[in-house]
Amino acid sequence: MDHPLRASLEIEFDYTRSLGPVLSQFMTGLRARRILGTRGVDGRVHAPPFEYDPVSAEPPGELTEVGPEGTVVSWSWMPEPLEGQPLGVPFAWALIRLDGADTCMLHAVDAGSAAVMRTGLRVRARWAASRVGSIRDIACFEPCDAPAAALVEPETADEAAVAITVTPIRLHYEHTASPGESTYLRGLADRRLLGQRCGVCGRVYVPPRGTCPVDGVPTREEVELPETGTVTTFCVVNVAYPGQRVTPPYVAAAVLLDGADIAFQHLILGCEPGEVRMGLRVRAVWGDAGTISHFAPAGEPDAPYESYARFL
Amino acid sequence: MNSPVAVVGFAQTPCRVRPDVTTSGVEMLVPIFAEVFRATGLTKGDIGFWCSGSSDYLAGRAFSFVQAVDAIGAVPPTMESHVEMDAAWALYEAWVKVLTGEAEVALAYGFGKSSGAQLRRVLALQLDPYLLAPLWPDSVSIAGLQARLGLDAGLWTEKDMAAVAARSRGAALGNPAAQVSEEVAVSELLARPYVAEPLRAHDCAPVGDGAAVVIIASQARARELCARPAWIAGFAHRIDSGSLGARDLLAVPSASGALLACAAAVAGRAAEVSAVDVAELHAPFTHQEILLREALRLGDQVEVNPSGGALCGNPMFAAGLARIGMAAQAVMAGRAGRALGHATSGPALQQNLVCVVEATE
Repeated sequence: MDHPLRASLEIEFDYTRSLGPVLSQFMTGLRARRILGTRGVDGRVHAPPFEYDPVSAEPPGELTEVGPEGTVVSWSWMPEPLEGQPLGVPFAWALIRLDGADTCMLHAVDAGSAAVMRTGLRVRARWAASRVGSIRDIACFEPCDAPAAALVEPETADEAAVAITVTPIRLHYEHTASPGESTYLRGLADRRLLGQRCGVCGRVYVPPRGTCPVDGVPTREEVELPETGTVTTFCVVNVAYPGQRVTPPYVAAAVLLDGADIAFQHLILGCEPGEVRMGLRVRAVWGDAGTISHFAPAGEPDAPYESYARFL
Repeated sequence: MNSPVAVVGFAQTPCRVRPDVTTSGVEMLVPIFAEVFRATGLTKGDIGFWCSGSSDYLAGRAFSFVQAVDAIGAVPPTMESHVEMDAAWALYEAWVKVLTGEAEVALAYGFGKSSGAQLRRVLALQLDPYLLAPLWPDSVSIAGLQARLGLDAGLWTEKDMAAVAARSRGAALGNPAAQVSEEVAVSELLARPYVAEPLRAHDCAPVGDGAAVVIIASQARARELCARPAWIAGFAHRIDSGSLGARDLLAVPSASGALLACAAAVAGRAAEVSAVDVAELHAPFTHQEILLREALRLGDQVEVNPSGGALCGNPMFAAGLARIGMAAQAVMAGRAGRALGHATSGPALQQNLVCVVEATE
């Protein structure tokens, strides 16, 4: 059997999160180059602050400033920084107890070399030139004995408190199609519609699933299906959304290929949305490079309801 | 006290990097379902409740677990659930279902294609989304912080850590599911380079793909399904603070707490609960085995990770369930009278689950 098809899959989105009262103060503080902490009922000063006291579950009282210098409590060395991490050159991850605090903040230390790092090392925050109210307003920490970079930026005027933080996420996968999906996709490139039949129940699945969802057994028998089928059910899409490739209104339908036991979803174009109906006979319209562009009315009499009722 | 519930079946795939399999788990699950059904004589229709553990972040798509349902043959519809956690927690849910009489036989399964993306980076997304995740601290670096704390405190040395790896890798030679195994001297391991100082490659679980399945049954059914069921004496899980910098990373109160809860469940025999013959610990890093031995009060007489443990094969979201499965298998095969299975989740042993199984009902 041919190897399954593989392709890179890039996922990118922003997490946009409301901060709540405590973290709003904390992030607003960072924007102004102040690190805030709070004292818990156990007497410990937590920095970053807790939102609810881990002992009493009460919200914190007033936040107080700590740092911006502190002491390395533990560290590990990152010789090859990963995408998104605070520094692009080798650096240390460290738990840093800021002066005036009892708990630690996790952040990066720009130490240049692992030989510089040690538990007990004194470090100070290096502020990002552009600050928005994010943990990344601290660009990283640096050893206190390193020369401090001069901040040339003008002080920003007091703005409204930071209420939201945005975290961009970018993930990279190597996606593998299942053997059945791979067979199907290769078939499309030859303008063939390939499915598989379950050896136990005889149902035909297109695209092939590799496994019969009824019986939970592998499916191996290949079946070629015609490019005609029946609309079992449909909806008219009236809503526009980013990335949409067809201008609304248009029809997304469940199409049951002749000989298949499961419908798949596709577009119905080539007629007015109002003309699409249950039982409409349709035919695949091929697009470029191994794709079905959409299905269009086949010009045949409608299929009787009984012929597709059990697939609804 | 409810009637006891027993593990009656277990199967797992070998842990390997599998570029040929999808993230849906189906290709990995179908063969092990067949294996565990063959061993127990059960069919899918006998399963009253199914519960899976997996992760969309590993799969790179939303609701990825739904595709895995193909593997169970869920027509007609069946009672099914999912946890976005290691499947050890799916087994916990299944156990509750059997305890409460909603099912007589239940099946928990976990699957993970850890190699689909850069695992240590993906795992940054399980962290506090405000203060940690935006920095993308990776799972190996965080474990390194915990390891260094113990080194500085004199709780272990790099040699102690390497000794855990050497013993695990040697034990894994007898486990065909293991991804890593070798006969290796501690001195040889210590000569290898750091990957995230103070961690070397042998201190970290390898990245591998795999799946595992465990079947449990009520008292009424267990004996007919298995000659020597592994009766669940205690089953509990606990979690520690998500604030990495505020938590004592050298204590694992959630593991100790889970153990105490297991002990409390067997009134009158509490002291026995950690007197196990075998313990399968889900320690993805060498120093974490040392921490867990302490937290779970495992004495020197306990055989720890005869499978090689997660250090020799750590299919995400299945490895914890596999630890329980391996512990139960030791009882079912007559190699142990009582065994402990442990699972962890989150950074630096944040969340811990303990399941004690024994041969005596």
